[in-house]
Amino acid sequence: MLRLEPRSTQSFAAAWLSPVMALVLTAITGGVIFLAMGKDPSTALYIYFIEPLTTTSGLSEVAVKAGPLILIGVGLSFGFRAGVWNIGAEGQYIAGAIVGGGLAVYFYESESTLLLPAMLVFGMLGGMAWAAVPALLKTRFNANEILVSLMLVYVAELLLVHLVQGPWRNPQGWGFPGTRMFPDVAIMPLLFSGKRAHLGTLITLAVPFIAWFILAQTRFGFTVRVFGSAPLAARHAGVHGHRIIWHSLLIGGGLAGLAGVIEATSTIGQLMPNISPGYGFTAIIVAFLGRLHPVGVLLAGIAIAVTYIGGEGAQISAGLPKAVTGLFQGIILFYLLAFDLFTRYKIILPSRRTAAQ
Amino acid sequence: MTELIIASMMTMMTAATPLMFAATGELICERSGVLNLGVEGMMLIGAVFGFATAAVTGNASLGLLAAGASGILASLIFAFLTLTMLSNQVATGLALTIFGTGLSALVGFDYVGETIDRIAAIHLPVLSDLPVVGPLLFGHDPLVYLSFILLIGVALFLNRSRWGMILKAVGDSDVSAHAIGYPVVLIRYAAVAFGGLMAGLGGGYLSLVYTPLWAENMTAGRGWIALALVVFASWRPERVLFGAILFGGITILQLNAQAAGLGIPAAFMSMLPYIATIVVLVLISRDVVRIRLNAPACLGRPFRAER
Amino acid sequence: MHQRVWAARSGQNDNRSKDFTLTNTGGNTDMKKLLKLTTVMLTVLLSLGAVTQASADKLKVGFIYIGPPGDHGWTYAHDQGRLMIDNMLGDHVETTFVEGVPEGPDADRAIAKLAETGHKLIFTTSFGYMEPTLKVAKRFPDVKFEHATGYKQADNVSTYSARFYEGRYVQGQIAAKISKSGVIGYIASFPIPEVVRGINAFMLGAQSINPDMKVKVVWVYSWFDPPKEADAAKVLMDQGADIITQHTDSTAALQAAAERGIYAFGQASDMIQFAQDTQLTAILDNWGPYYVKRTVDVLMGTWSSGDTWDGMGPGMVGMAPFTNMPSDIAMMARETAESIRTGAFHPFTGPINNQAGEEVVAAGETADDGMLAGMNFYVKGVDDKLPQ
Repeated sequence: MLRLEPRSTQSFAAAWLSPVMALVLTAITGGVIFLAMGKDPSTALYIYFIEPLTTTSGLSEVAVKAGPLILIGVGLSFGFRAGVWNIGAEGQYIAGAIVGGGLAVYFYESESTLLLPAMLVFGMLGGMAWAAVPALLKTRFNANEILVSLMLVYVAELLLVHLVQGPWRNPQGWGFPGTRMFPDVAIMPLLFSGKRAHLGTLITLAVPFIAWFILAQTRFGFTVRVFGSAPLAARHAGVHGHRIIWHSLLIGGGLAGLAGVIEATSTIGQLMPNISPGYGFTAIIVAFLGRLHPVGVLLAGIAIAVTYIGGEGAQISAGLPKAVTGLFQGIILFYLLAFDLFTRYKIILPSRRTAAQ
Repeated sequence: MTELIIASMMTMMTAATPLMFAATGELICERSGVLNLGVEGMMLIGAVFGFATAAVTGNASLGLLAAGASGILASLIFAFLTLTMLSNQVATGLALTIFGTGLSALVGFDYVGETIDRIAAIHLPVLSDLPVVGPLLFGHDPLVYLSFILLIGVALFLNRSRWGMILKAVGDSDVSAHAIGYPVVLIRYAAVAFGGLMAGLGGGYLSLVYTPLWAENMTAGRGWIALALVVFASWRPERVLFGAILFGGITILQLNAQAAGLGIPAAFMSMLPYIATIVVLVLISRDVVRIRLNAPACLGRPFRAER
Repeated sequence: MHQRVWAARSGQNDNRSKDFTLTNTGGNTDMKKLLKLTTVMLTVLLSLGAVTQASADKLKVGFIYIGPPGDHGWTYAHDQGRLMIDNMLGDHVETTFVEGVPEGPDADRAIAKLAETGHKLIFTTSFGYMEPTLKVAKRFPDVKFEHATGYKQADNVSTYSARFYEGRYVQGQIAAKISKSGVIGYIASFPIPEVVRGINAFMLGAQSINPDMKVKVVWVYSWFDPPKEADAAKVLMDQGADIITQHTDSTAALQAAAERGIYAFGQASDMIQFAQDTQLTAILDNWGPYYVKRTVDVLMGTWSSGDTWDGMGPGMVGMAPFTNMPSDIAMMARETAESIRTGAFHPFTGPINNQAGEEVVAAGETADDGMLAGMNFYVKGVDDKLPQ
């Protein structure tokens, strides 16, 4: 029989190989699925995984799509490391868009260049406030943060619906749901003319590296790492569980809120009922695919964004249904979790020596 | 007025049934010490395979079997990853939900816009025609009764049977159960599979009885509410019944209040079931002692036999 | 030569589109007129040799859908319109669609992707695509865009919508004739003018038969959520509604009503196979003729930006066969529909009072398009408060 033996430290090679292997195996599985659907697998896989990266506009779109996924994914990875399961980032994203975007709704005639930075700050605060609810309920009443944060997603969605067709509805909008378009000073400047990549995209690219620094170099980063790998030991060492819960939820919520307000001020330019195509949930995959490491999350966010863009291309040029994209994401995660075994355990082959013991 | 109340109660019962199925299954799963957050995904898989089978064979009962079977298969992916490959249960459960959402949309693609003959409500002569109690007790579709029977069965199993005791022992202390010689991993496999069966049936109820059609994401969060229900019931089957009716009831009541023209903003009314879940969660979790008393001690922890 | 090929094709297509004609127009003569018109236009066009495209450079026409084409509701109806282009102009045109594009950040990209891949005419078929369509249109000035149900145009962006309220009025009359309890259940999606207008037209139709009719409204805040739509239908029936009508896209409400033997109306397409014995009629969204016309406009180089809001007259709104009702009621419905179609009657003809009892349309006058397009009040008698 094979035996498993825990590794004393995570294997670096295994940690980085497993997402790569997961992607490769997903591509192979995808090929089989395409074959079963009667499509040429090599063409379909090319459209899915390669084509989006071959044009400048494709690259720009990948960056735009990856942005919120990376931001939220980085935030979540702190909590997931510490065993705090915030799966309501979608709600925190919406809350950020509401609070940050609300500024532009009230100052719709503003010409101040301070408006956009203020909105970003407010967006972060909004996301943090929304995440503070599960943090408070967890630390005060021991309520499960998974369920609380998830339920708050629905509440946030409905709150947004109420606002954009009630008090914040565009008076010139003929009664349709949606706020006024934001003033020009509240719109993210574009990086290249004719492409959608914007200033927020740059912020997004910087955040993983900042997070990496915090995780590797600060005392807080150290406690997060310790708490995640050995909660009991951490407690003995004086790390307070409540503080970790608060910090990781606030970081996750803040970054999700930032992602929300960046989307509102860039690709959308107003508040409307559907401001997120499920970024908060997809970011969970991104966080895991990136091995809960900020730079890994950056790469994972790009990989997942490619499948989205490729999925649309596949609809247009190969007539493949949209659902394939979601299936891929689930399969990637399965493979990854399966490979996790090898990062945490050594497989001991039955050799004569061990048998003799 | 009585008519309205009876009719509303009937509607609430059907709203509670898918929750009862899924929550009863998850309860057994969690009692064995495994937290499966993939309920929503398994429900969707059950819903789509159930519907597809019914659409192809023209037989809704076969569809129901397929719903249960596909739920089991989906749960076995989860079981293999968490119990054999020792992956993180929370992450794997989430992955199962994401996978189930995608898979069901893909499988269901060809069935969108089709319809089947639903599993009809039973009608017993005399009994079903009794005033008040007739429709309430004898006027439902067979699956409502099935969910009750399974719930009672689970309650008896947990409280009265030897295997029920063993299951709880495995959930409360896997190491000692293993030391006594019980096959911990095997028992957990079985519990997870039962959870899959019930989630599949709950999903099948939606696509075969509730609205006999398939639509992407048609469970609309019911799997998550089922998870909340298990906590709400503090892992006791008899309380699942109460909770399911309460949760199903709030959904229906808010629509009733709207239809009655009470004038409360509909968006706020629609928030009610979710806020109620949070409030209930806080109320029961607040009492740490009680949670500790009822919650399976090993919930969510991987188990690896030491030899 | 070209002409003969075309004639042969269209003859062959007549068979293929029989289902379509039956379900979507109920034998509407306007469609035949349009077919003829299109044929004539194309003949002229082709004999002039203005377009001698090889199949390699067919005009590419793209569609953005909010839902799946199989929803039997909104998206299904648009897809039927797309198929009509395929059927009638297949030699000159190639169509593509992208389904399930969420309104929001992704819409911009999906539309742009169609434009980048050589699509010269793009239909964006949901209200929430308005701003993204305008944004993309700015970046692709040589591509023509058509946005459904919006109100903002540009040099290369047209808007179009259908006067579904005309059908709602007819439904209201039928409902009032058939209902015994005098209570109608109305499942509504979002409180936007389109939906409010439908509720009002339905109410006015019902009141024209029975001034005491009551309409109960439940908002489900979704266009497509089958279990919730079914719940809403059940609740309305629990509260005594004996006719169900919906402004949501799935067949769930109709089916929930059918299970209890309650009459109901289909939405966007003929849903009779989901409720053989209980569907009274359905409003049909008939986008095909418009889509064909606009495509021909682009082929001929005569496309120009505009705003189209058509009803039964041009055939954009149709009614499914009047079934499961006595023949005199069907006769009445047919007459009302006919007088709306010919323009003899306008559903919003005064006197119309709002809920507060204030007169909004004076006796003998009709509501203008401005009031209709931005409608955000209920007419007197609707048993609901409009969500604000």
